[in-house]
Amino acid sequence: MSIAVKSKTGGSEHTHAKGTHQQAMVDGEPENYLNTAHTVKSWLLTTDHKRIALLYLISISVFFALGGLAAGVMRAELTGPHGQFLSSESYNKMFSAHGIIMVFFFLVPVVPATLGNFMIPIMIGARDLAFPRLNLFSWYLYLAGGTCALLSILGGGVDTGWTFYTPYSSIYSNGNVALAIVGAFIAGFSSITTGINFVVTIHKMRAPGMSWFKLPLFVWAMYATSVIILLGTPVVAITLLLVLVERTLGIGIFSPELGGDPVLFQHMFWFYSHPAVYIMMLPGLGIINEIIAANTRRKIFGYEFVAFSSIAIAVFGFLVWGHHMFATSQSMYSSIVFSVISFLVAIPSAIKVFNWIATIYKGSVALTSHMYYALSFIGLFTIGGLTGLYLAALAADLHLTATYFVVAHFHYIMVGGALTAFLGGLHLWWPKMTGRMYNEELAKIGALLTFVGFNMTFFPQFIVGYLGMPRRYHYYAPEYQIWNVMSSLGATILGVGFLLPVLYLLHSLKNGEKVGKNPWGAAGLEWTIQSPPVTTNFTETAIVTWDAYEITFESTGGVLNSPEGEMIPEMPELDRALQANSANREEVAR
Amino acid sequence: MGELSFTPVAASEFAQNVDLLFIALFLLTVLFCVIVFALTIGFVAYYRRGNKVNRKNAPDHNVFLELFWSVIPLGMALVIFVWATQLFATTFAPPKNSKEIFVIGKQWMWHIQHSNGRRENNELHLSVGEPIKLTMISQDVIHAFFVPEFRIQRHVEPGNYTVMYVTPTKPGKYHLYCNMYCGTQHSQMGGWVYVLSKKDYADWAVKGGSKPVAVGGYDTKLGAPSLAQQGASLFEKYDCAGCHNTEGVKAKRAPSLTGIYGTVRNLTNANVIADDAYLRNVLINTDQYVLKGWEGNIMPSYKNILKEEEILAINAYVKSLDGKSVPVTPVGEVGTDANNAADTENQQWRYMYGGEQYK
Repeated sequence: MSIAVKSKTGGSEHTHAKGTHQQAMVDGEPENYLNTAHTVKSWLLTTDHKRIALLYLISISVFFALGGLAAGVMRAELTGPHGQFLSSESYNKMFSAHGIIMVFFFLVPVVPATLGNFMIPIMIGARDLAFPRLNLFSWYLYLAGGTCALLSILGGGVDTGWTFYTPYSSIYSNGNVALAIVGAFIAGFSSITTGINFVVTIHKMRAPGMSWFKLPLFVWAMYATSVIILLGTPVVAITLLLVLVERTLGIGIFSPELGGDPVLFQHMFWFYSHPAVYIMMLPGLGIINEIIAANTRRKIFGYEFVAFSSIAIAVFGFLVWGHHMFATSQSMYSSIVFSVISFLVAIPSAIKVFNWIATIYKGSVALTSHMYYALSFIGLFTIGGLTGLYLAALAADLHLTATYFVVAHFHYIMVGGALTAFLGGLHLWWPKMTGRMYNEELAKIGALLTFVGFNMTFFPQFIVGYLGMPRRYHYYAPEYQIWNVMSSLGATILGVGFLLPVLYLLHSLKNGEKVGKNPWGAAGLEWTIQSPPVTTNFTETAIVTWDAYEITFESTGGVLNSPEGEMIPEMPELDRALQANSANREEVAR
Repeated sequence: MGELSFTPVAASEFAQNVDLLFIALFLLTVLFCVIVFALTIGFVAYYRRGNKVNRKNAPDHNVFLELFWSVIPLGMALVIFVWATQLFATTFAPPKNSKEIFVIGKQWMWHIQHSNGRRENNELHLSVGEPIKLTMISQDVIHAFFVPEFRIQRHVEPGNYTVMYVTPTKPGKYHLYCNMYCGTQHSQMGGWVYVLSKKDYADWAVKGGSKPVAVGGYDTKLGAPSLAQQGASLFEKYDCAGCHNTEGVKAKRAPSLTGIYGTVRNLTNANVIADDAYLRNVLINTDQYVLKGWEGNIMPSYKNILKEEEILAINAYVKSLDGKSVPVTPVGEVGTDANNAADTENQQWRYMYGGEQYK
């Protein structure tokens, strides 16, 4: 595929070049944030949000690989009802390691710290985040937290599950619970600093003309996410600290033996951990808007509805924690209130899905690799969302809670949703981040493998969960085996689907074709600057004259054509608008 | 490998009702998936870049349409909500004449006490059609009592009784699971629920519960003392009668226990109803439950002295002291048999997942 970009609107390149200052050259290339310095120090002490995003990307990928490895071991173990090679104790440590790593060190930070960190300043026309040094500090906090968690896992292990339910975690467990809790605690502060940074940046550093309702929806989603992080994370930090206090000092808070209340822990834990689901999910929903807009060359249908649905999800997210506790001693009336609010969350989610479909309607749909990811996201998110209704429905939840049905449901949301969106976003923005194009054909194969492997892994878990197989079970009844074998087979395919992008993306760094500003022909500030960007992102102050996703001469960085280097023949109105626009621009320039 | 099945047996009234709800939810899921997938795939195929199709007047918002696809799903969701909530409420309403059975969860076994004194470990025998009330408590961490065929589970928490009502409707042998992660052998904390026909149950009751398979089961002896009798023995063993008079006369050192169950107790810090939880907690947190007029004689705590199953027996005894019927008499030393569970991990595994029942 050719990604060389030629403009057919005469004189536009020339016009655009006017007024920009002379670009410095490094190694025969225009200077950018990557080639501007090569020392180790220039990376480890960088305050450039783009470099920090890459540091995060590398470290988070390592954690994802470790968490995935634990999942692989579990799936291999579960191919037989009596296990294969692990003791029950090791199995319990394995699923705990998987959960702790994936939740605290992958899902929560993955989009905000990498794509959010990289793209937010660029998308709003800023040179960096509001607090660049705080940004670097947050990465070190992440590393410190991750190190604690890894030490605890490798040096003996934790067997509490990622939920740390008391009094098991505070009194009975023999694992390295304290160290794991310290790790999650520190990582929480890394999230908080990132959240503060985003909120301040989005409020204070938008480019001239970039009003709130011109923000790309990814920025809206990240804003909602940051608010949740700021309000929720301190609560879980305190909760974990209290577990630590009870465990190490024997001060009774959650254990009835010490005069505490074990259910109190669940309230406090889920007060954060339910909103945390939206910390993982909202950025993904935001990314899908960007991908669909870029690949249909349309404005997102019902922009305001979609923007406010993010806020609605963030608000409702704080009011539903009790739906994790329908089978506990929680009062019936509390459960009813939590149930009805949980049903209400379905509405903003449904709005998003239908609005994406309406965006595709009459669009010019390019089936790129990231569009593959976005489409598979729509399918998986729909299934994941609808199965959430089963769990919000009180009577049905009494049967399904804590079974494999729940496991399948939240993997459809977390892996099928958040992770698929992340991969889609990575493919969308990879050329911008690195200046290189990956192998599109391989990328499409990877997206398909992920989709097929994912469904094979997790769909059988809905069935086996409905049949009654409890989660966190090392041994299980033989009638469940066939579903578990299917699931393990699917996991193998899923594993290949995840490995493939690592290979071709790394390969592209040296060998990928160089790309211009706007390889996808998309609208948005990030496509108006060079790939990869310079350290300050913009060589001149960005001025926003277009609505979000509106395709104009300016919003596409002067690149009016599709990736194939052609005007879009089927959109004559757009052509006229663009030509008129560029003619205006030339007049102004004269 | 068992045969392929998609739904578990529905073996209780609640299970039959909730299965209808599942069917409705499933149809709703299929409906929405078909709509979303068909529209997405259809539009992508039709409007694919390069296709010469009409893209004029592409809308970028339509308030009516957006309200339409917000309100319709909301309506459907609320119908499901009301339906599910009504069913859920029935699990809190005690059926008439329910028989009370006591469940104690501990790492890693279920201990069952019947009111007539029979005990079972990792097994529960029920009579078809007879409503039961399970009063449950944990001796250590949080567990959950889960029988998929009944479509219901309830957490079993330390320090707090939880209650679950079931009316079994179908004879059979069903998995009993712990469904709240509780430590190393969590996946082996379970066994079987036997729902017997009325005749078989009567039979089982006469034979005293001796069971053929039951590696983890406990053979209760014929003519075992009732739970209240066991409680009377413990009452004697711990010399409770040294202070508490049980004949209704005001005792010297502690309040009388006759007829207190279900009455309002005037404590120094509150007025509370003497329910099961009260009877338990007065033994554990004695300083929190001081009766007005008895401030000078606070009972020593029996925390870490009495096991949960002993507390249940004592409660049964105290509840039997209604001042009308003849008080039950002690029966001498009553052993606790809580640790009669399967002795090795492998035996328990065979009992739950691999034994005779799978041949």
